[in-house]
Amino acid sequence: MDCSQSLNSLRKQLLDGEITSKEVVSGFIDRIESVDSNLNALIHLDKESAQQQAQSADEALASDPEAKNKSLIGLPIVVKDNIAERGQPLTCASRMLSSFVAPYDSTVVSRLKSAGAVLMGRANLDEFAMGSSTENSARAITRNPWDAEHIPGGSSGGSAAAVSAGLCAAAIGSDTGGSIRQPASFCGCVGLKPSYGRVSRFGLTAFASSLDQIGPLTRDVRDAATVLNVIAGHDNRDSTSVPKDTEDYTASLGQDIKGLKVGLPKEYFIEGLDPAVKASVDAAVSKFEELGAEIVEVSLPHTEYAIATYYIICTAEASANLARFDGIRYGSRVDGKDPVELYAKTRGAGFGSEVKRRIILGTYVLSSGYYDAYYLRAQKVRTLIRQDFQQAFEKVDVLLTPTVAAPAFKVGEKSTDPLQMYLTDIFTISANLVGNCGLSLPCGFSENPKLPIGLQLMGRPFEETNLLKAAYAYEQSTEWHKTFPF
Amino acid sequence: MSKTDFDIHYVARLARLELGQEEEETFGRQIEQIIHYVEQLQQLDVDQVEPTAHPVPLTNVTRPDEIRDSLTNEEALMNAPAKGNGLFMVPKIVE
Repeated sequence: MDCSQSLNSLRKQLLDGEITSKEVVSGFIDRIESVDSNLNALIHLDKESAQQQAQSADEALASDPEAKNKSLIGLPIVVKDNIAERGQPLTCASRMLSSFVAPYDSTVVSRLKSAGAVLMGRANLDEFAMGSSTENSARAITRNPWDAEHIPGGSSGGSAAAVSAGLCAAAIGSDTGGSIRQPASFCGCVGLKPSYGRVSRFGLTAFASSLDQIGPLTRDVRDAATVLNVIAGHDNRDSTSVPKDTEDYTASLGQDIKGLKVGLPKEYFIEGLDPAVKASVDAAVSKFEELGAEIVEVSLPHTEYAIATYYIICTAEASANLARFDGIRYGSRVDGKDPVELYAKTRGAGFGSEVKRRIILGTYVLSSGYYDAYYLRAQKVRTLIRQDFQQAFEKVDVLLTPTVAAPAFKVGEKSTDPLQMYLTDIFTISANLVGNCGLSLPCGFSENPKLPIGLQLMGRPFEETNLLKAAYAYEQSTEWHKTFPF
Repeated sequence: MSKTDFDIHYVARLARLELGQEEEETFGRQIEQIIHYVEQLQQLDVDQVEPTAHPVPLTNVTRPDEIRDSLTNEEALMNAPAKGNGLFMVPKIVE
């Protein structure tokens, strides 16, 4: 079976009767068994469950005329291991949850199941989604499918690697500061961060509650729109989920983009851009012009403050969200002479270095005497960043930037310098602070080694349709989405 | 680099995190570096600016006060490090 096929191409073959779900799932399982021991994209694979689900899908397709209306029927989807799936591990790549089994389905997983998907495999991530390289996983370091000495990005590194290496039809990740888009850029696949509140966070292990969103990683834009159709929508169980109607995100794909106003924020086209990134993104801008778009220079003046703003807000929120891991109701408990010692020892043993650093920083910026100077101030700068975007979006419909300033770095290159690691997020981070939608798709490669380069497009909140239409138009005029590391 | 007021030992205690000696030294250094980096926000005049706690300001999101399905006792205790009689077992708090 050709594992580089898109989800929609596999679906067509399933519905035409050319292939069965069992064959599709076996095909991907064979590939996982042959390459994933070197790649470490997955930290868990329940083969029996996947094969049983495939069997059910085939039976449904054979006997139930409604089955074909389920948009993901019989197709195997990999889920990041911080998104709950009942009966499956939910380790968050942490020692703290090494034996935790989810007692319920997240809303996203329920929706995937209702759409007939085969849930196959739990993807590796940076511990508790904190990181930009998947090196912070307590389980394994995932390798970039294009070059094993390089990282796949993070925190959804396992999800991105699984898609780009052809281990599944599509994957689900989460994005708090770029954790879907950046690994998509580094691995050469499509990664979409929906607008904040578009997809339910119920069942997503919370990292930063005002920044987290779940989204798809896929081999092409149509697949991303297909998965978004399944997972988007209001959810009563997530009080931050927005009661706004969804639409068919595939409906506008293929429409031309003549007259689309594409903004280039000058603060993102910096001196320090890797030459291959600059060349690829410049070529992409020309392509947009050829397709009839109008290119407009805009400014997002507070861009330089975005990383500082983000690392105050996300660590503060993380310190609150991770307070629940105290070894009492779940987690790998370490006993102490009293409850306080039990908490300190449990948390000291269960959390990795990056998680500890962020909890400590977050606790500090929220602590008495420092709250105003750090957290409150960061929230005000967040307003300024938001205003920048609102003003830019009065002039243009989408913003175009590189996703990351350089291709994937090497394993170990930035892991000893946390601040250097944080600075790699500069282009993706603002979309989380502001809440708008953003997508990365492939736009070229570096040479020696050959590593993917990603183009980022950002749209106004709840304008995923426009964003996907623009991305699709660019994608279909190039061959990047047909290029694989195998 | 001027010294900050950051006392890692104190903050780790607030966060109920036990750190080893080496961790205290390494993390202490790294976090001080990050604190220095985020100091740049002090350059901005934000006196007249409202804070954004949340990207989509929804207000008063409530639901009717009705009993709904939740986890069963078994499901809730499924991952408990110590349990007995359908309850979580915890260290003694009161003498």
